[in-house]
Amino acid sequence: MTEILALRDVHKSFGPIEVLHGVDFALAGGEVHALIGENGAGKSTIMKILGGFLEPTAGGVLLDGEPAPYRSGAEAEALGVVVIHQEFNLAQDLTVAENIYLGREIGGLFLNHKAMRKGAQDLLDQLESHVSPDARIRDLPVSDRQMVEIAKALSRNARVLIMDEPSAVLTHREVQILFRQIDRLRAAGVALLYTSHRLDEVSHIADRITVLRDGAVVRRAERGELTEDGMATAMVGRDLTDIFPPRRTEFGCVALELHDFAVPPLVEGISLSLRRGEVLGISGLVGSGRTELAEGLVGLRPHGGSVSRSGAPIRIRSVTDAAKHGIGYLTEDRKERGLLLEKSLRVNLTLPDLPRFGAPLLSRAKEEAALTQAIADFDIRAPERGMEVGNLSGGNQQKLLLAKTMLPDPEVVIIDEPTRGIDIGTKSQIYAFIDRLAREGRSVIVISSDMPEILGLSDRVLVMRQGRAAAVLEGDEITEHALVRAIMGTRERTTEDA
Amino acid sequence: MLKGRLSLSTLGPLAALLVLIALGAFLNSNFLSSGNITNVLARSAFIGMIAVGMTFVITSGGLDLSVGSMAAFIAGMMILAMNAMLPTLGIGVPLVLAGMAVALIVGVLAGLTNGLLVTRARIEPFIVTLGTMGIFRSLVTWLADGGTISLDFEARQFYRPVYYDGIFGITWPIITFALVAVAGQVAMRHTRFGRYCEAIGSNDKVARYSAVKVEWVRLMTYVMLGMLVGLATILYVPRLGSASGSTGVLWELEAIAAVIIGGTALKGGYGRVWGTVVGVLILSLIDNILNLADLVSPYLNGAIQGVIIVLAVVLQRGKSSAEGR
Ligand SMILES: Nc1ncnc2c1ncn2[C@@H]1O[C@H](COP(=O)(O)OP(=O)(O)OP(=O)(O)O)[C@@H](O)[C@H]1O
Ligand SMILES: [Mg+2]
Repeated sequence: MTEILALRDVHKSFGPIEVLHGVDFALAGGEVHALIGENGAGKSTIMKILGGFLEPTAGGVLLDGEPAPYRSGAEAEALGVVVIHQEFNLAQDLTVAENIYLGREIGGLFLNHKAMRKGAQDLLDQLESHVSPDARIRDLPVSDRQMVEIAKALSRNARVLIMDEPSAVLTHREVQILFRQIDRLRAAGVALLYTSHRLDEVSHIADRITVLRDGAVVRRAERGELTEDGMATAMVGRDLTDIFPPRRTEFGCVALELHDFAVPPLVEGISLSLRRGEVLGISGLVGSGRTELAEGLVGLRPHGGSVSRSGAPIRIRSVTDAAKHGIGYLTEDRKERGLLLEKSLRVNLTLPDLPRFGAPLLSRAKEEAALTQAIADFDIRAPERGMEVGNLSGGNQQKLLLAKTMLPDPEVVIIDEPTRGIDIGTKSQIYAFIDRLAREGRSVIVISSDMPEILGLSDRVLVMRQGRAAAVLEGDEITEHALVRAIMGTRERTTEDA
Repeated sequence: MLKGRLSLSTLGPLAALLVLIALGAFLNSNFLSSGNITNVLARSAFIGMIAVGMTFVITSGGLDLSVGSMAAFIAGMMILAMNAMLPTLGIGVPLVLAGMAVALIVGVLAGLTNGLLVTRARIEPFIVTLGTMGIFRSLVTWLADGGTISLDFEARQFYRPVYYDGIFGITWPIITFALVAVAGQVAMRHTRFGRYCEAIGSNDKVARYSAVKVEWVRLMTYVMLGMLVGLATILYVPRLGSASGSTGVLWELEAIAAVIIGGTALKGGYGRVWGTVVGVLILSLIDNILNLADLVSPYLNGAIQGVIIVLAVVLQRGKSSAEGR
């Protein structure tokens, strides 16, 4: 097999901190190579170096055995080395088609909009995506943005395609479509690099696996050599037993009740009650209205119907109102809605509860103390306390977001995709954390596209389909089979499974 | 990161200020005389107070083009009100205080108008304040019937010391400006309000999702700016004792320029009040030096200021692209 792109003894430092310590690594044509490791292990950094977006501090990048001649992402792309980034790299105000052809527009003096729209449509069709080429990125949900990002990469005719957690925001169905495209490219001799925290995906798609821990390669394996447990152990350096906490059995009185709740135009007629000490899972396809429901509930969207909190009717018109009633919400879109990427950890952490840190003057010392506490509680790994949040690894951003959501000490916590982009070791920490919240008598709503997560965490599951409650499962009814049936609706199920 | 902040983009404006002072001292021996320094500082004071308010507006992602016209309008209203109250109150402290109250109230209302149009009607700040800029300007011209609104002569004599006097040889405008600058710096760095402004300018969605009252904070930045324009006007009116359609022309541009030179990001998200103060001083020093030394024609003042503004922005961008690597 021919080696196309390789790293030789690569070191990388950001300021005084070295994050890669001598990495050797090669990608061959016609195979899928998976790079796995904990949050902050250096996966994205390796991918950015391969793709020309970062320069190694020491060591070299080889393309076809020669020192790689590119010094920027654009130059690399011209040579067929294409990266799908973990952070979206789409222009928010341009349309889907404009983004796909950004920098390579068709047409001479005047743009050939028709050809570009058609090309974009073809690519999207290939991905079985329903997104319109004329839609603006800003208006799309994250999963659709990811599909556009993939379409854009596919349009580049890559020799090497580097994918940084492409599946993190995708549903099961979309992941299957992505895998079909990966199979097609592999057959065509493209070298593929893939990373994901979903180890089942890795064992399914990867021909070779490289395990990274703290910036160094700790294990290389061929297909079939490592089980999922073996991968997890290699990644975190210790055995992981059951990652889900045992089920809770004691519940308190009703903490939150929705009656005929609606978030126009999509969500309608949702009635549910949530007890203290309970974890309610909300499952459903992307677009089934789960996030809309949550955002309506915390006053981010206009809503109808009635809400009561511990028996008393309440009105929530803004996140501030929600916070007053002890309801906190963790958004699924951490880059655009969750964190101020240019600001420090401290500023992000304390934003939702600033009055606590002193009036009229804020106490820097108190803020720092809160950050120290959060770093300890949530095991946030930041190379530097003062760094911009945008430079944290994806998983550590997620942990910071969780810390931020919990800062005002809400009694009802709604968590939209709690473990998106989080490594398996941290996942089990977060599950334990959610369990602890419930045992303390709080109520937790977990919205997730991750089936095992819903199955492993929930005391009750609300399944949504097209904006309505399709089913509520409780106790022993919560099985994978029942869940899939409810999510798809019995009829569609056969086609989905095929 | 901290180190980066302390380097070029932070020290740039400060270094430019020092260079200008050295240049001024070198070119004209009168430059460092207390008379000239007082003169420069006093001229800086009006734009300075406005620019401090403008820093908050820009930091939270807004803009206000109307401040120059607003100042003229407030001055006109204040003078008319004082003239009208003269027969009942007579000349004395109550009359001056009443005039000051009118100025502050009109300023707050003008800021409120801008702020409500931005936050409630959801119109772009650029458009809103372009509109109110024209409205305030034409209102004052109309009130003056195309001419000048003048304060009663004796009232003017009584009010004059507010511009010309002070304590320990420092005049009131300079003292007020210093207080406003310090308060602004503290508010930006050490209070919730400043933190919220930066958060909103950085990403208003994140701020909204973090239970920040985004619209309220934005509204308050405009109200505060309006009030500071009122304050600046209170100190400006005793200087000439009149207002006309050409009062405060181009003040908005000078204020915005000072903010940008000082290192506040025009797109919002990062504000530096002390930088704004440095920016204001740089702009008035250029003016002052050109007038004192006949190196370059004072008519080229605008051109030199323009170069400085562009240079300041280029320096800032150099910094952010270096960080983006
Ligand atoms: N520009 C930067 N400045 C400072 N530190 C950085 C920068 N970029 C990355 N780092 C640090 O380098 C380390 C490796 O980050 P990287 O993003 O490669 O991790 P990762 O393996 O992709 O993690 P995740 O699974 O969470 O995405 C992290 O500790 C991160 O904070
Ligand atoms: Mg990463």
